[in-house]
Amino acid sequence: MNQLIQRGLQTLGSRIALLVLVSVLAHAVVHLAPGEPSEVDPGNPRMKPQDIALIRAAFHLDEPLYVQYIYWMRDLFNGELRSFKDGQPVLGKIADRFANSLPLFACATVLIWTLSFPTGIHAALRRGSLIDRSGTVLAYAMISVPGFVFAYLLILLSVNVFDLPVIGMRTFGLNDSTPWQQLMDRLWHLTLPAVMSALVGIAVLSRYVRAQMVDVIHQDYVRTAHAKGLPRAVVLYRHALRNALLPTITMFGLLLPNLIGGSVIFEQIFAWPGIGRLGYEAVLARDYPVILTLNLFAAVLTIAGTSLADLLYMLADPRMRRS
Amino acid sequence: MIAAQASSETWNAFKRDRPAMLALLTLALLSAIAALGLLATETTQVLDPAQVRLIDKLRAPLSSPSADALAEMRPLFGIYLLGTDDLGRDVFARMLQGAAVSLSIGFVAMAIAVLVGVSVGSLAGYFGERRFGPVSVDSLLMRFTDVMLCFPSFFLVLTVIALLPSNVYYIMVVLGLTGWMGIARFVRAEILSLRERDFILAARACAIPAWRIILVHLLPNALGPILVSATITVAGAILTESALSFLGFGVQPPQATWGNILADGRAYIFDAPWLFFIPGSAIFAVVLAFNLVGEGLREAADPRLRRR
Repeated sequence: MNQLIQRGLQTLGSRIALLVLVSVLAHAVVHLAPGEPSEVDPGNPRMKPQDIALIRAAFHLDEPLYVQYIYWMRDLFNGELRSFKDGQPVLGKIADRFANSLPLFACATVLIWTLSFPTGIHAALRRGSLIDRSGTVLAYAMISVPGFVFAYLLILLSVNVFDLPVIGMRTFGLNDSTPWQQLMDRLWHLTLPAVMSALVGIAVLSRYVRAQMVDVIHQDYVRTAHAKGLPRAVVLYRHALRNALLPTITMFGLLLPNLIGGSVIFEQIFAWPGIGRLGYEAVLARDYPVILTLNLFAAVLTIAGTSLADLLYMLADPRMRRS
Repeated sequence: MIAAQASSETWNAFKRDRPAMLALLTLALLSAIAALGLLATETTQVLDPAQVRLIDKLRAPLSSPSADALAEMRPLFGIYLLGTDDLGRDVFARMLQGAAVSLSIGFVAMAIAVLVGVSVGSLAGYFGERRFGPVSVDSLLMRFTDVMLCFPSFFLVLTVIALLPSNVYYIMVVLGLTGWMGIARFVRAEILSLRERDFILAARACAIPAWRIILVHLLPNALGPILVSATITVAGAILTESALSFLGFGVQPPQATWGNILADGRAYIFDAPWLFFIPGSAIFAVVLAFNLVGEGLREAADPRLRRR
């Protein structure tokens, strides 16, 4: 037990070191790229050189890079970090937007993990059947189609055929309706963006589950279990599936960055005020504190995802606990 | 000898995989079309992708130019094969020009990713135990790889591309520099597993220089997975370019890529759907072809998958 705690602390330490490196790299990349917040509006005749100098001084842009880094870190931990664009606290902005993105991520994750396993297992057990082959074709199609093209097709479909609103988080002017109607309205608005965010994940994970399952059901111990005369369901779901599930845990940490990166596109299309859109707006305005903190935040989420996957792996696989 | 035999076996297995073979032929044909198209759009008047004909704007595919159009502005064969866009530019000519740009973005990004990935992987795998003070080369390089993996890649690409001046070469470089981590990891793993074998010891005893051991004796063993991830990287780069164009950070007009034809076309999705569906299905087909070739290679290179 003690050893476990020690190992946990060690991993935690290395993860934090990783985050520090991420922050240094993000800071360097953003600041070394040409162009500055003070140059966002070069055509504006009211921007005089002394205004630009003022802006540069206010944002510490004249200081050396490492000093700017220290300022960023200090302000971040004090909670004093403010957006260049509107002076709002960065952490508050990110928290607000993340609260909007969270249902999207949660729904997409649930969709990915509930749909991939049945389809993957089914395809593996009936390898070469019509269902398996059409599943393969569908998975390739989902990986290969540009996400926003498919999103537009879905929007066209739901607007033209079902005459339903799809943009934003809710329909305007529904304030007088019953809470039930408002809830259903919110859920409907959530559906399309969540499905779109989940599609690639479903395709990737269901193929992965299929490959794992195909690998496992050809193992000797599965043949032995069959030969013992165990019922097919017991062999498949107790002997084979458990072992096939193990490696998929690592996919949990790998699918999360995809979800966050994809949110930039899908939140833009569906006018969803989440962190992806915040990032897009910040990039347009060269709002360095928001860009940097968002990149760091995304890295924290990614590392949290992989750590959670490691933890689940340790829970699921006794060999990992002992070694 | 053995490597050559293995690769011919792989090739034979690949040839039997009909969808993958079809995809490969499609890609070969498309590359040829893109190369010829680049030449044609640069040199001929009938295929000038920048030719604006306001009188003929938003013509449907296969329609003829209006009678008032000037003779020297007539498109190839006298009809707009794929219609015209909102400025009356010939979509067929623009798609031809875009094919070369989109494919070269994919291939250059892939080349950069493979180069960086293979170098980092081989250095970490082969020279991993050398030390600079307290840190070994291996931990230095692999921690850096971990750091790169922590950024959600599209977020990082968007940040960097948006900050840099818009230029197609920057897009290639940034897509390449954010896509090498997977390759580095498995190249390192492959080299680590082979480094202590007798044939490497023999090679070192013959005083063969390290770079030659890596290039000739170690890397060919990882050729299969490298090829697979190279093809998939091309597909990913083409997709990412179209996503960047969608957000307005892609290759800037008047230069056409499939991504920005598509991004411009979405405004006309009701009035001129071909402006959206032609580049959309072209991107879909090419990315699908690359993914199928990649998967075919993976199955052909792995005897365990081949047997089934």
